[in-house]
Amino acid sequence: MASTLETRKKVEEVAGEYKYGFVTDIEMVKAPKGLNEDVIRFISAKKKEPQWLLDWRLKAYRHWLTMEEPDWAMLNYKKPDFQDIYYYAAPKSSDDRPKSLDEVDPELLRTYEKLGISLQEQEVLAGVAVDVVFDSVSVATTFRKTLEEKGVIFCSISEAAQEYPDMMKKYLGSVVPAGDNFYAALNSAVFTDGTFVYVPKGVRCPMELSTYFRINEANTGQFERTLIIADDESYVSYLEGCTAPMRDENQLHAAVVELIALEKSEIKYSTVQNWYPGDKDGKGGIYNFVTKRAACRGKKSKVSWTQVETGSAITWKYPSCILQGDGSVGEFYSVAITNNHQQADTGTKMIHIGKNTSSTIISKGISAGKAQNTYRGLVKVLPNAENTRNFTQCDSLLIGDECGAHTVPYIEVKNPTAQIEHEATTSKISEEQLFYCLQRGLDVEESVSLIVNGFCKEVMMQLPMEFAVEAQKLLGISLEGSVG
Amino acid sequence: MAMLEIKNLHVEVDGQKILKGINLTINPGEVHAIMGPNGAGKSTLSYAICGKEGYEITEGSVTFNGKDFLELEPHERAAEGVFLGFQYPVEIPGVSNMNFLKAAINSIRKYRGEDELPAVEFLKLIRAKAAELEVDPEMLKRSVNVGFSGGEKKRNEMIQMAMLDPIFSVLDETDSGLDIDALRIVADGINRMRGQDKAILVITHYQRLLDYVVPDFVHVLAGGKIVKSGDKSLALKLEKDGYAGIGIDENAA
Ligand SMILES: Nc1ncnc2c1ncn2[C@@H]1O[C@H](COP(=O)(O)OP(=O)(O)OP(=O)(O)O)[C@@H](O)[C@H]1O
Ligand SMILES: [Mg+2]
Repeated sequence: MASTLETRKKVEEVAGEYKYGFVTDIEMVKAPKGLNEDVIRFISAKKKEPQWLLDWRLKAYRHWLTMEEPDWAMLNYKKPDFQDIYYYAAPKSSDDRPKSLDEVDPELLRTYEKLGISLQEQEVLAGVAVDVVFDSVSVATTFRKTLEEKGVIFCSISEAAQEYPDMMKKYLGSVVPAGDNFYAALNSAVFTDGTFVYVPKGVRCPMELSTYFRINEANTGQFERTLIIADDESYVSYLEGCTAPMRDENQLHAAVVELIALEKSEIKYSTVQNWYPGDKDGKGGIYNFVTKRAACRGKKSKVSWTQVETGSAITWKYPSCILQGDGSVGEFYSVAITNNHQQADTGTKMIHIGKNTSSTIISKGISAGKAQNTYRGLVKVLPNAENTRNFTQCDSLLIGDECGAHTVPYIEVKNPTAQIEHEATTSKISEEQLFYCLQRGLDVEESVSLIVNGFCKEVMMQLPMEFAVEAQKLLGISLEGSVG
Repeated sequence: MAMLEIKNLHVEVDGQKILKGINLTINPGEVHAIMGPNGAGKSTLSYAICGKEGYEITEGSVTFNGKDFLELEPHERAAEGVFLGFQYPVEIPGVSNMNFLKAAINSIRKYRGEDELPAVEFLKLIRAKAAELEVDPEMLKRSVNVGFSGGEKKRNEMIQMAMLDPIFSVLDETDSGLDIDALRIVADGINRMRGQDKAILVITHYQRLLDYVVPDFVHVLAGGKIVKSGDKSLALKLEKDGYAGIGIDENAA
């Protein structure tokens, strides 16, 4: 986040002084608690959506009613009561927010400090009711102008529904159908915010796109919906999330992300997920049920998912690639850290449909405390997919004796020309490694952080520079107190 | 004032008594050598000085520059200026030697209330040290000790020592596994660490190293105790007559 701030400063320099105030109408009405068709109609009306989208939501909702919450994952939690959730709520009024940093959880502030986040930025992240919020609108406007010159569309998904209905109709739900799974169906029915990106033919998006520049509402992350389309021979890199833990009152998060890569295009999607993991005893924390899927539709298209998952009490997430186009490439680089009572069941699916398609999976799972960490991955090669390749490497690192690491690879190969390689290791931070670092003057936290960063290096290298340095610090912070 | 003062040190590992009353005083400017049969407790002594977990001090004291050393955390002892050259250097995958050393140096500087070493100066320093120890700079980019040969690991320890510039170095069998040229290079490196305000404790099985790094005192550790001390001639005698020659039953160690 601090580096996002730098980027923003840069943008500000380009943009000059703030010219416009930022007034948002936050006096929106709350929908009543619980979920029914009227609530969905209410959401759709608030978003001034076209009829087709309301119909789409309702269809998803009706389908969702017939579905059961899945329980095949290695996760143990109390199932949420879906009638006890607000599906549409205005951002909190400033009366309900902390008046100053003095009123904010000191643990949270300590983390901000360790990440090197400025006081001003801390106030925003912690949801302090500050009068002069950064002028995110004017910054975003400048940002948008640069993008518009290249023809890149980067806007909220509600905006896209009104302004780009053809693309929305064509692509929304085309990768993750409304009824794909329990959480995706729920998201399809009630999503309230999200991002839409379109990169036109032959365009290399001139900057990393980050949600930060778009969202101007607090508390929007609950049912996010993202749709990114890379047209022929285009390139885009998208950063989701934030290394600093954001204050958030929603316990359940069920996002859907759809990526569409057309011929020879490339989408790089990087996530740092650091939602509240709950306290040391496992109380509280976010449930994160995400459906992320990419369709490599065009020949020689490429999608790489990079994720650093350190937050949430429960993580259920399998960013996947459907490799339809001949010669298309899917990559999944993942670091998942679980400490204390956190549980993560995460991995990927690589579906090889086209010829000469290839995929790489590098997964690094780290467990500490009483945490459970599962890699679950599917590599599927369909009968017509000649000469496909997959390389999978799953490494688990255990810190302490009470945590668990599990690797559940599924491999289904229907074409004999496929070359599939799978490697898996499980190791521990040894006393010897730790003592070696300590003897060189590093304290316990620095030592663990260094060893863990080394373990995750192949994944961390994939992160854009913007994220990498902070993500490195984050790994250490997430594991604080896990040793010694 | 003595630099390091060990008094009646008793150490247990997993309930096993390993050191049984070590007394050792090392003054600034001195080089001491410890020899002794396998399993005598030499490495145990070095770990106890540096505070490795699991090495329980049941009796005795260790004082370093007047400070009760046993009160300090292992990383604090390192920052106070004590360096251990490991008998078996440890591999840390994914962490380059450069980054490892940079992190170590800056932690120590932080402990001493100093600013971080500027990146340019760090680079200059490490290039100079690598040249002194005839180490290919490419090696510095590789992960700490991963895939290094036995001799390379030992040389890497020496680079770390040179970079961290300790006051007191314990070198546990740094000479083992070195070829003849490397032995000379490493010995030169050790001699560069000698100085009026510094001290070195070398643990070795061979007289060979002591031809280059001439010790002021030689101690024989056997069965968890220092059973004999003398000057450099003691090492020569040991080389010639073995432990039995000075009345030590090696199997009883
Ligand atoms: N965890 C342990 N439990 C029981 N005994 C142990 C443990 N660790 C070390 N020892 C014993 O302590 C004794 C001293 O070991 P140490 O490594 O200090 O010997 P050394 O003098 O350095 O030997 P060498 O010359 O072979 O390096 C040995 O007999 C060893 O087996
Ligand atoms: Mg030894």
